[in-house]
Amino acid sequence: MPYLSLVIWVPVLGGIVVLAADRLRVRWLDIRWLALGFSILTFALSIPLYTSFDVTTPTMQFVEKVPWIAAYDVNYYLGVDGISMPLIILTSFMTVIVIIACWKIIQYKLAQYLAAFLIMAGLMNGTFASLNAVLFYLFWEAMLIPMFLIIGIWGGPRRIYAALKFFLYTFLGSVLMLVVFIWLYLKTGSFDILGFYNLHLGLVPQMLIFFGLFAAFAVKVPMVPVHTWLPDAHVEAPTGGSVILAAILLKMGAYGFLRFNLPIAPDASMKLEWFMIALSLIAIIYIGLVAMMQKDMKKLVAYSSIAHMGFVTLGFFVIFMIWQNTGSLGAATLTVEGSLVQMISHGLISGGLFLCVGVLYDRMHTHEMAQFGGVVKPMPKYGYFFLAFMMANSGLPLTSGFVGEFMVILGSFQANFWVSVLTAVALITACSYSLYLIKQVVFGKVKSDRVAALKDISPREVLILALVFLPVLLIGFYPQIILRVMHPTVTHLLSQVVPAALGGGAG
Amino acid sequence: MEAILLVILLGPLVASAIVLLGQNQLSRKVVHSLAIAAVFVSFCLSIYVLYLSIWGGLGVHEEIVYTWGVGGPFTFSIGFLIDRLSALMMCIVTFVSFAVHVYTIGYMDDDSGYKRFFGYIALFTFSMLLLVMANNFMQLFMGWEMVGLVSYLLIGFWYQRDSATFASLKAFVVNRVGDFGFIVGIAGVLFFAGTLNYLDVFAQAPAIANQGLWVTAHQYVSAPTLISILLFVGAMGKSAQIPLHTWLPGSMEGPTPISALIHAATMVTAGIFMVARCSPLFSLSPTAMSFVLIVGATGAFFMGLIGIVQTDIKQVVAYSTISQLGYMTAALGAGAFAGGIFHLMTHATFKALLFLGAGSVIIAMHHEQDMRKMGGLARYMPITYITFLIGGLALSAFPGFAGFFSKDAIIDAVGMSATPGATYAYWCVLLGALVTTIYTFRMIFLTFHGKPRMDEHTKSHLKESPWVVTFPLILLAIPSAVLGGIAVKWLAFGDFFGSSIVNRAGDAPLSLMSEEFHGAWQMFVHGFSTWPFFLFVIGFVLCWVFYIWKPHWPAILQSKLRPAWFALDHKLFWDDLEVGVVMEGSRRLGSALWRWVDDGLIDAVAVNGTARAIGLGSRVIRHIQSGYLYHYAFVMVIGLAVMVGWLIWR
Repeated sequence: MPYLSLVIWVPVLGGIVVLAADRLRVRWLDIRWLALGFSILTFALSIPLYTSFDVTTPTMQFVEKVPWIAAYDVNYYLGVDGISMPLIILTSFMTVIVIIACWKIIQYKLAQYLAAFLIMAGLMNGTFASLNAVLFYLFWEAMLIPMFLIIGIWGGPRRIYAALKFFLYTFLGSVLMLVVFIWLYLKTGSFDILGFYNLHLGLVPQMLIFFGLFAAFAVKVPMVPVHTWLPDAHVEAPTGGSVILAAILLKMGAYGFLRFNLPIAPDASMKLEWFMIALSLIAIIYIGLVAMMQKDMKKLVAYSSIAHMGFVTLGFFVIFMIWQNTGSLGAATLTVEGSLVQMISHGLISGGLFLCVGVLYDRMHTHEMAQFGGVVKPMPKYGYFFLAFMMANSGLPLTSGFVGEFMVILGSFQANFWVSVLTAVALITACSYSLYLIKQVVFGKVKSDRVAALKDISPREVLILALVFLPVLLIGFYPQIILRVMHPTVTHLLSQVVPAALGGGAG
Repeated sequence: MEAILLVILLGPLVASAIVLLGQNQLSRKVVHSLAIAAVFVSFCLSIYVLYLSIWGGLGVHEEIVYTWGVGGPFTFSIGFLIDRLSALMMCIVTFVSFAVHVYTIGYMDDDSGYKRFFGYIALFTFSMLLLVMANNFMQLFMGWEMVGLVSYLLIGFWYQRDSATFASLKAFVVNRVGDFGFIVGIAGVLFFAGTLNYLDVFAQAPAIANQGLWVTAHQYVSAPTLISILLFVGAMGKSAQIPLHTWLPGSMEGPTPISALIHAATMVTAGIFMVARCSPLFSLSPTAMSFVLIVGATGAFFMGLIGIVQTDIKQVVAYSTISQLGYMTAALGAGAFAGGIFHLMTHATFKALLFLGAGSVIIAMHHEQDMRKMGGLARYMPITYITFLIGGLALSAFPGFAGFFSKDAIIDAVGMSATPGATYAYWCVLLGALVTTIYTFRMIFLTFHGKPRMDEHTKSHLKESPWVVTFPLILLAIPSAVLGGIAVKWLAFGDFFGSSIVNRAGDAPLSLMSEEFHGAWQMFVHGFSTWPFFLFVIGFVLCWVFYIWKPHWPAILQSKLRPAWFALDHKLFWDDLEVGVVMEGSRRLGSALWRWVDDGLIDAVAVNGTARAIGLGSRVIRHIQSGYLYHYAFVMVIGLAVMVGWLIWR
């Protein structure tokens, strides 16, 4: 079965069907159930990607290749490896969650809302599965449209500002990426991404390529200083939009670094490692401090996301230093795998946190911390969940939040003592802002009559929070479950990238 | 064997999960029966494991339960390392935990969070066992953080009190400062040893000693020093050593049973356990040992001093705990690792006893904790009084009681230690004995002797606590009295721990002292003619004079020594420094960065500035395209003139 095509086109088709059903006013059919059915089907179709995955080989699997525009060697070329496959499962999973999450909340243009998320899921899966640069670019840009609409239509009061900021930021970056792809096409005569890996370019073109791609990916991650669109986008986005934005869209940037920057421009990556490491550390420490000062829950979680993504980019670009310091790729593999686990983990945890914030927003229509206090009194079950997610966010062991941070900190020590010291500062900042929020919102005296009158979470809300928290625990107790699929791919990737950077006479 | 160990570890976890998830369905009776049954089974099996490791020839038993994850070439596992050290710790943890579980039935009787409380302490027991049974540094860290989590939950148990939520936040964050060092230390272990497995790391310790790294361009640090100091930073957080001790007095916001279990007997001793476990590494570095010794001894003396001026009964015991943890740490630094563990064990019993005794007093006083409003309680609460007195005598190291054997061993060991800084440390721990006696008997006299100072209503209700409260007191009083004398021969001076605790620095003070050791009885008799005993007598007499004979003297003394009293009452200013400078400073920094850099520089100037510039530019350009023909003509003429001019004069 062409699973990859299915996980791309089934949700897109689902979106169209939902829109059609709404337009045709099919009375007997609740479009929410229809959308849920399609999202569950997508998730079910993504499961075989894991269960049938061959963990002994680093090559692309579930490959589908059909000529599309033969004149320019543009192919409908799909495939996954240990890096992209877990992300596809995460995307499909989170889509189910956001559809359940909007159940009674979204009244305005419900069908369009559901369709946007379904189509979005297909496009995101497509981005992760594409092995052709044109296809990748199409999915990448198409993804902007539903997200732009989600923020712009169902967002908060400043939604237009936020949506435009989001769109302009990401679009400007992507245009440079397109230029890079065209240049690479002219060099290789093909848009085959894997073919780009075999180009052994000089340092100057590599630098240009690096920065062209950097513009696209750094904005998405987001890295300091191009991160300011994220807090605005999150604050204005509806809950589901925030969840997908944090859980999946941010991962696109990190994925891009690993899929394009490192293999295509290894020398440049090595030359610029200080730059990337510095930006990552700034994200971890500086953003951690900024997060502590936030008064809006969504902003706090957004800043926390930036800090956590700092771990990911750090883990990717510290590999050259590790090689130079230890003479082996062992610890470099550790950090890259740690970063990948961090991506998955952050997807789940930040998704869970935005769901938690959304639960309060649905009841009080604000995410300002000062409006809350003592929420656990009227909402004990909710209090547990929020606390659990926040603890996971601060990297508590036996949750997935610990795994990636632990591996990156341990690995970065092998590069440089001070890098690991600065990275470990996150232990302090993360728990400070996470628990500060909990103290202000969940604990303390009941702030007002409105808080006292809050209703605890409904079975539906319990279901979505529990569904997201279970994998957090699972990965915390047994990360090997995802590490095993990543290992061959990462090992192979590093064995290509690092010697190329060191041996390549680009100097 | 694996099955037994898994039952010990997972029993409390399962009980906790059932209790926390089924709070609304289960009755109180089911909840406490379940939790107590689980921890009791763990306790019995721990005793069995200890028995096996002493007489059953278990030796050093390692077991891998499962592979947690494989990152690159490194394999991280969950497993057990059972030797006498961990078996002893398991017994201490489960024993105190059991006593506290029973006690909780009485103490938390009128609290609406009764079931939640049982869920938490069962979870704590699991986490602490995870920590002590670990066979590798990662699992140690997991347990380490998990006990921190439960501590956080329990300090903030009464979540409607702002003081409690603040204290719990502070405890977690300060602990995280320690963990920050700890995790870098673990990273160092992986870097130098290539594995996190205890036995593999310790086997390589001599080889590691030859390595090191340039921390700065001019500063080379040897691997054992670097690793040990970083790991010890973690211990400073968890075991409340100066300057990371400030969270422990705050933790008294939690219910008293957890003050006994977590903040006296078990969790706070995790740091001591960790250093003893890593003795093969620590003892390779004189620098690290000296650091440990000085930090510990300083805390032992100065934190005891603060205890003298506290008026809240739990605060006295809290500062006493910091001081006693200082003793244990000093023992470690002196190279007397076994002495530290020995004091850990005796301290666990008598300090848990004192806290639970204080709790019993607090119940009788209707949650009044101010000793100035107590007095004369001995008459009303005989069992509490006698057990509390036993605890007090053990704490102040009266010859014969448990604390005497362990503390005298530490004082002597520090005196004989070759670690740099030992002379200073010796004076600290010796004078600490005087300080200990003063705060202990001040507390006992204020609480149980003299004239009753409480109001009439409270006084008319005074009565001994129910049996679920007094039974654990008696249970803990027995080892507080006799455990030291029984165990001193093996723990302090024998080779009880075998290869588990290794002092690679050569002759450890304890082995030197063991040559002069001729049995517990001899030590007891000799104990009456040593400096610590004379200091005890001085302290006792001082307290008697000040609090029984002339109760108005303390106020006079306080006014005469105002600056000293002021300093002690302000806890030597450490709290103010931490809250005022460190916390407030980082808040200000964060705020400034956010306002000036994120919102100011990046967003206002760079992002919106660009947008505004484009907007402005387009507005200017828009004026040019006015649609009026004569405007265009005018521009064309000007343009033509410029071009012609340029062609002519170029």
